[in-house]
Amino acid sequence: MDQIEKLAADAPLLPAARDVAGPARARRWHIAVFLAPALLVYTALMIVPLADTLRLSLFRSIEHVPAFVGLDNFRVLFTDPRWSEHFWAALRHNFYFFAFHILLQNPVGIALAALLSLPRLRGQAFYRTAFFLPTMLSFVIVGFTWKLILSPLWGVAPTLLGAVGLRGWFHPWLGQEATALTTLALISVWQYVGIPMMLIYAAMLAIPHELIEAAELDGITGFAQFRKIKLPLIWPTIGICSILTFVGNFNAFDLIYTVSGANAGPNFATDILGTFLFRTFFGNQLQLGDPNMGATIATMMFLIILAGVSAYLFGIQARMRRYAL
Amino acid sequence: MRMMTRTAAAWVLSGAAALAMAAPALAADTTLTIESWRNDDLPTWQEKIIPAFEKGHPGIKLNFQPTAPKEYNAALNSKLDAGTAGDIIACRPFDASLELFKKNQLTSVNAVPGMDNFTAVARAGWSTDDGKTTYCVPAAAVLHGFIYNGDAFAKVGIKQSPKTADEFFTDLDKIKKDGTYVPLAMGTPDQWEAATMGYQNIGPNYWHGEDGRKALIEGREKLTDPAWVAPLRELAKWGPYLGEGYQAQSYPDSQNLFTLGRAAIYPAGSWEIAQFEKEAQFKLGVFPPPVPKAGDPCYVSDHPDIAFGMNARSKNADAARVFLAWVASPEFAKVYSDSLPGFYSMQTQSAPVTDPLAQQFLAFRKDCKSTMRSTYQMLSRGTPNLENEVWVASANVINGTETPEQAAQKLQKGLDSWYKPAK
Repeated sequence: MDQIEKLAADAPLLPAARDVAGPARARRWHIAVFLAPALLVYTALMIVPLADTLRLSLFRSIEHVPAFVGLDNFRVLFTDPRWSEHFWAALRHNFYFFAFHILLQNPVGIALAALLSLPRLRGQAFYRTAFFLPTMLSFVIVGFTWKLILSPLWGVAPTLLGAVGLRGWFHPWLGQEATALTTLALISVWQYVGIPMMLIYAAMLAIPHELIEAAELDGITGFAQFRKIKLPLIWPTIGICSILTFVGNFNAFDLIYTVSGANAGPNFATDILGTFLFRTFFGNQLQLGDPNMGATIATMMFLIILAGVSAYLFGIQARMRRYAL
Repeated sequence: MRMMTRTAAAWVLSGAAALAMAAPALAADTTLTIESWRNDDLPTWQEKIIPAFEKGHPGIKLNFQPTAPKEYNAALNSKLDAGTAGDIIACRPFDASLELFKKNQLTSVNAVPGMDNFTAVARAGWSTDDGKTTYCVPAAAVLHGFIYNGDAFAKVGIKQSPKTADEFFTDLDKIKKDGTYVPLAMGTPDQWEAATMGYQNIGPNYWHGEDGRKALIEGREKLTDPAWVAPLRELAKWGPYLGEGYQAQSYPDSQNLFTLGRAAIYPAGSWEIAQFEKEAQFKLGVFPPPVPKAGDPCYVSDHPDIAFGMNARSKNADAARVFLAWVASPEFAKVYSDSLPGFYSMQTQSAPVTDPLAQQFLAFRKDCKSTMRSTYQMLSRGTPNLENEVWVASANVINGTETPEQAAQKLQKGLDSWYKPAK
């Protein structure tokens, strides 16, 4: 009903638009003028640096003179054990970090959104704000706060565990190789779970009430209603959340740098491509910065993200079923 | 459109005119910006060092602009490359600054008056490999040792601070058994703490200071030799004496743990003195790194730590030279070591040290032979660089995730991959 009205309202506009288009064809430069500011800013701030990064990765500084070495920097990155060990480890950690987010952050986000959209829930606004609040905090605050919470000396975690008689369960999680990355991933999930929650919550609110009513008439309620009616309708949003998570995780740097430092300790257990890039590009303590190898790592990050996004766009999104609501 | 360009041009012109008018005012009072990693020293600079300089040098103002130590090198390199760095650069010793000199970002200071106040050894940290050109004026060295809580020692009945490694561990056992204090205040997540205050602190006694350090550079010794594995073995025994959860205890945590009186011994650098004296409510004492066996010669890490150089692209080169000459003068040595106890002047006529704790540290120089950190000269030029590798190795050994032998082998393998000692 809605749709038909909209179509009817749109119809008279079409001939009018054609009238305007006719005489204005000669002076279409206004399109360029309107596009120019964004295009210029984007070119200057994104495309030029990106192109320059790609260019830098093909050079190497020999006695302070840049020399073209083709793809040799990439060969070094993949095969020279001095670089490759760190690179593959960082890549592995990145995938682990990403898998953790996909398997935890998005399902929890969906669950929270589903709960929030229950019509009979009280205090919706409070919960919504509370869950979203960490997302708006700076990563420095989040990193510092969690470091304090988990501190074996002054943290509340050991005290709280002690209060319920589980003091023995406490470990310096951020300082152990086996647990550091998982702990950081959990902190990151805690911080960013609000984003999938909000996006999916909005998608759920957009589901027309008639559909839900019809489902209820057919006897589909509760969890079955979520699985059979709501979930298929929010798949596209979940897809968007996933790709945002992917890009965010493979660009991640800030939280790990704040909590574990540029050396991504203990023993590089929390090293991801972002921290590896930072150490290489800017240098670290006595290690001097190497812009060329840094650019090589940055290029790899770009290619990985490009491949992931392309795979999603052409492989998944194109095949996704959409329902006109 | 043309109208707009004309207005814009007018703005630019008037801006330039304003700048031009401001220029003479600037010339009357030159301001030198100092880049440094000593953000802890900011109040001292503002209250003591800067007034001391400005009193004798009207027309030159100083602006001390420190960065966090962890970010300093990266930030400084970027600023120098972009041409936005300050006029005076605090120089890290050895390769980090040598690289800046080779890139023509630092200038030679050979001609600065007062450079003959420094011996060749003092200049080594900031000179080219052939020793001919010095590019930063040495300001201060730092000493390593252990600071202890006098009350804690009295409580558990330690009458004399430990001299040998055995005594050291006996005392640690005593403190641990008593249970009031955490025996050793150190953590491993920041890594440099374990390497600098652990490995480089006790190490020289095992590799025999300068002898071992030079032998390593010349390739006569290897990091897998017993003398170099021994300090790692000692570190591996520290774990049980550190506070609970030391794997996540950061550097400020360790400092607080000690100054709050909850720990007995703090593996230290002399730069902690001022802070500790201000905060600790108990008696502080100092002892040098314990020797392996009674009667062994002792060595102490007397590390060239900080120097000042001139940004080659500085617009205030003349004023900068005046400042550097002042840094090379006895007046600076006096002001600096008075206001920053624990930073020792490297000039031949060393300034008298007044602070009691700093005096105790300084006494190490008399009793023990001086050396510097083993990883700084030559050995951290390549990838992987030895200093950062030692950070990781020291932390791993204390955490128990690597044996001292494994760690030593990894260090030597990393060094072998790029370092070829000159024959």
